[in-house]
Amino acid sequence: MTTTIRHHISDRLLMAYAAGTLPEAFNLVLATHLSLCDDCRARLGAYEALGGQVLERSDMAMAEGGLAACMARIEGLAPVARPQPRPARGVFPAPLAEYVGGGPDKVKWRPLGMGVRQAILPTSRGATARLLYIPAGQAVPDHGHRGTELTLVLQGAFADSTDRFGRGDLEIADEDLEHTPIAEAGEDCICLAATDAPLRFNALIPRLLQPVFRI
Amino acid sequence: MTAEAGEDWTAHLLAVRDRQDRVAFAALFQHFAPRVKGFLVKSGTSPALAEECAQDVMATLWQKAQLFDPERASVATWVFTIARNRRIDMARRAARPEPEDLPWGPEAEPDQHAALELAQETALLGDALARLPQAQRALIEKAFYGDLSHSEISEQTGLPMGTVKSRIRLALDKLRQSFEGARG
Repeated sequence: MTTTIRHHISDRLLMAYAAGTLPEAFNLVLATHLSLCDDCRARLGAYEALGGQVLERSDMAMAEGGLAACMARIEGLAPVARPQPRPARGVFPAPLAEYVGGGPDKVKWRPLGMGVRQAILPTSRGATARLLYIPAGQAVPDHGHRGTELTLVLQGAFADSTDRFGRGDLEIADEDLEHTPIAEAGEDCICLAATDAPLRFNALIPRLLQPVFRI
Repeated sequence: MTAEAGEDWTAHLLAVRDRQDRVAFAALFQHFAPRVKGFLVKSGTSPALAEECAQDVMATLWQKAQLFDPERASVATWVFTIARNRRIDMARRAARPEPEDLPWGPEAEPDQHAALELAQETALLGDALARLPQAQRALIEKAFYGDLSHSEISEQTGLPMGTVKSRIRLALDKLRQSFEGARG
């Protein structure tokens, strides 16, 4: 069990996740963090309980015959059994592993220069998800944000002006944060990131490359 | 089972889960189907489609009754998550990856006390929601109906939820206890 996660999902994001109103790319990052973090799973349960109480207050009369129609539907349904617990996991928790079809070796990485690699994951419009591979000790080009960027560490660690982020840690960066994440020495760093707006690189060259790499 | 004490929906759903009890299911349907319908209509679904989906959600409740764990969620909470997922499917707004369904430790003996405490905590959360000033309650409801973007939630509410926030924390404590109990 991971007990060292220090950076968690904010209340605001967790409530929106519980409500089911976030774009797919954010859902993917949060579901992956939740797969690693008991604390956020319990907090999610509390926000879902709030959703249950909103539902309790949303009464609206049903038409006649609803129950009979529902029982007719049930006749054809096979019961769903409790799933077996899964075996021990690798670097990618299940929600992410399903997107890439396995672990880091299954990712179709594309070089970004300086040994940094990325892979855009297919998600619906509204936000973009990508995996980032940063060699130990290497920096990611300095960038700011127009929207919200979520970055989840899956392997290794990185540090920026705000703090250190290790496996399971989630950084939530908004428009105010201009940062240069640097991968820690020792182990190459793999992150899952999602943003609801294109990144804004400060150096000229990466900015020109932005349309090419869709970042 | 008096109206004052509130129906024990957990017992009803366990009867469905363990005995396919149709009388218990009918009672669950009478209570929750109209709420699922209302929830979906307030989320922007047409009444006719919401009616259809409410039947669908309740059929899913029957079908997935084996997955219900009263230490993790009250029936209202569980119905909400099914209805929410149905709404996401309908909107095709976004596929929703679900967190890995981690086991809660070795198969522990069901702890009726923990389940009861969670149900009570959840009911108190509902009371706190009911007592909020109308404007604040409306914001929370809009957040769950999907009428607010997540940035609007932060700008407009900053989650000034007062008693609701402290009840969320207490419900969370119960969930954590049951979590730790299961993990041993």
